[in-house]
Amino acid sequence: MPETLLEVRDLRIQFPTGDGLVKAVDGVSFSLDRGATLGIVGESGSGKSVTSLGIMGLHQGTNAQISGNIRLDGEELVGAPSSRVRELRGSKMAMIFQDPLSALHPYYTVGAQIAEAYLVHNEVGKKVARKHAVDMLGRVGIPQPAARVDDYPHQFSGGMRQRAMIAMALSCDPELLIADEPTTALDVTVQAQILDLIWDLQQEYHSAVIIITHDLGVVAELSDDILVMYAGRMAEYGKAEDVFDRPGHPYTWGLLASMPRIDEARLERLIPIKGTPPSLINVPSGCPFHPRCRYAGLTNGRSQAEVPSLREVEPGHLVACHLTGDQRRIARAEQALGDIEAPAVPTTQGDV
Amino acid sequence: MITFIIRRLIATIFLLIVVSMIVYAIFFLIPRLAGQNTYQLATQYVGRNPNRSAVLAIEQKLGLNAPLYLQYGRFLKAIVFGTHYNSGTSTTYCPPPCFGYSFKSQQPVWPQMVSDIPVTLSLAIGAAILWLVGGVAIGVLSALRRGTFFDRFSMGIALLGVSLPIFFTGLILLELFSYKWPIFPNVQFVPLTQNPLLWARNLVLPWICLAFLYAALYARLTRAGMLETMSEDYIRTARAKGLVERKVIFKHGLRAALTPIVTIFGMDIGLLLGGAIITEYTFSLHGLGLFTIEAVQNQDLPEILGVTMLAAFFIVIANLVVDILYAVVDPRVRT
Repeated sequence: MPETLLEVRDLRIQFPTGDGLVKAVDGVSFSLDRGATLGIVGESGSGKSVTSLGIMGLHQGTNAQISGNIRLDGEELVGAPSSRVRELRGSKMAMIFQDPLSALHPYYTVGAQIAEAYLVHNEVGKKVARKHAVDMLGRVGIPQPAARVDDYPHQFSGGMRQRAMIAMALSCDPELLIADEPTTALDVTVQAQILDLIWDLQQEYHSAVIIITHDLGVVAELSDDILVMYAGRMAEYGKAEDVFDRPGHPYTWGLLASMPRIDEARLERLIPIKGTPPSLINVPSGCPFHPRCRYAGLTNGRSQAEVPSLREVEPGHLVACHLTGDQRRIARAEQALGDIEAPAVPTTQGDV
Repeated sequence: MITFIIRRLIATIFLLIVVSMIVYAIFFLIPRLAGQNTYQLATQYVGRNPNRSAVLAIEQKLGLNAPLYLQYGRFLKAIVFGTHYNSGTSTTYCPPPCFGYSFKSQQPVWPQMVSDIPVTLSLAIGAAILWLVGGVAIGVLSALRRGTFFDRFSMGIALLGVSLPIFFTGLILLELFSYKWPIFPNVQFVPLTQNPLLWARNLVLPWICLAFLYAALYARLTRAGMLETMSEDYIRTARAKGLVERKVIFKHGLRAALTPIVTIFGMDIGLLLGGAIITEYTFSLHGLGLFTIEAVQNQDLPEILGVTMLAAFFIVIANLVVDILYAVVDPRVRT
């Protein structure tokens, strides 16, 4: 069995619309080992959700155009017959969604929906599937699962609904679990529980996990690797420690500075990233981040003219930025000194 | 669920009582408020050339002199238990549900209506099945093939169906399929128990005519509902499970899209008498619709009252059925 479970190469997903071609995902590559965790981070519209839908083959049925490679356990998914991708969906790769209330069908019991997921891929009777559903609900920490299995989603609390979603996704023991903003719609107190649960179940099932989020705090705890996306492109990709300790892309610096922290005194306000994410129809020329980047002026116009390619700033740590190593060090130092414009970038090492 | 049904049943009984009060007020209270005295009210029952003693006898027989609350009580009692009319010399019995005596035939109203009910019921049930199945099927197909020729064509036909009045499509259908190409000649009602084949054959044109109007509406509603549900998150979840598309569409999509259709269907069934009146008139089927038209033309108040009460009763019952059905299909309502 190969060590690498998922291999994505130069993935591009585009939607033709009346206003032009939307390049939702534009040349994304990464790989994921069995049992490992990848965090994909970015603002709304950065292409992180479309990437995951593309892996699951859920872009099908829309008019999306997809190119590149997605290899799951050596099997190419781009261009594979939709019936084959459907077979893999739910069995070998599963997904949990952002808002569990709208992602669960309001007219079927939670148990029936979990059992349905199990029945699709297993030749068993309804009784066995139901028993499996009770079992799964128990595993994800729903109290009295035998009684709650016949409840409808509206009778569950938000956290319990997300647990039920996780039970549904894991019902066929998938090798790859994609969690698309699994905690965004939940209370802060419940968020940590759900992340813990995903972590525990990952250990138990040895699934590889992709966590998609706009919250660096979420991936910090769980991820082995981190992929930062901006405007459908890769901005930074590397080991979680490298990306957190020595972030190379000004966009990543911005994300870190806009993240609330409780392990540091609140000396300064949180720093929002100025501006809004770009339109994916008219992506800015050159580096898509340059209109919002404080350091774009240092590159002698290259940021405006040239699309930056991914460069290895240290082994296994890729950054798509035109700043030279020296410029980057100076810019970071300025931030670390806490100048008026860009203060309080976290400088502490270790877990964030 | 059982307490839910019991609560609804009790509410329905109250609703029926309120309905009877309103109907009573329209037929007996408003004429009085408009200045008619009981003598004039009684005169209507006597017929042409009323003489004073006959009118007074009727006034006595129907108890029009009694206080209003007592009269309403009798009115209600007559409907539920039937009543004995006592004119002093003779007693006549009016069996329940008694809506009084027809001005024209001097007979109790209800038995005359009873013979017309199977006609209207045959027409209504057949048409309802036709439009529900046809409308929903076309709506689903249109939604799934949104923007294609089929979608545009069927939605165009649907627009036509909503716009064309029944008496127009009815006459066109009769001209084409009863006279020009006599596939369905001599449209007239044959009881189902007498000859089921002929029953169905003679009702095909009225069914199509009545169903066309509603099917058009249901096709558009279903299409809109399906388009909305198919973009819901839980549809994506169903696909993410690896369900085949057929199951995604019917088990997850249509199930949710049908819920509002159930509501509207119940209401439409209750209100169907209106559509039936014109269809029956167009095809000369002697059902409750024609009965109503004749009653209105003859200004036969007890007959109109009977039809009104029956129609109100149907609507209230349809409402009850919708409420219960809604709770069956949507678990969130069951409280």
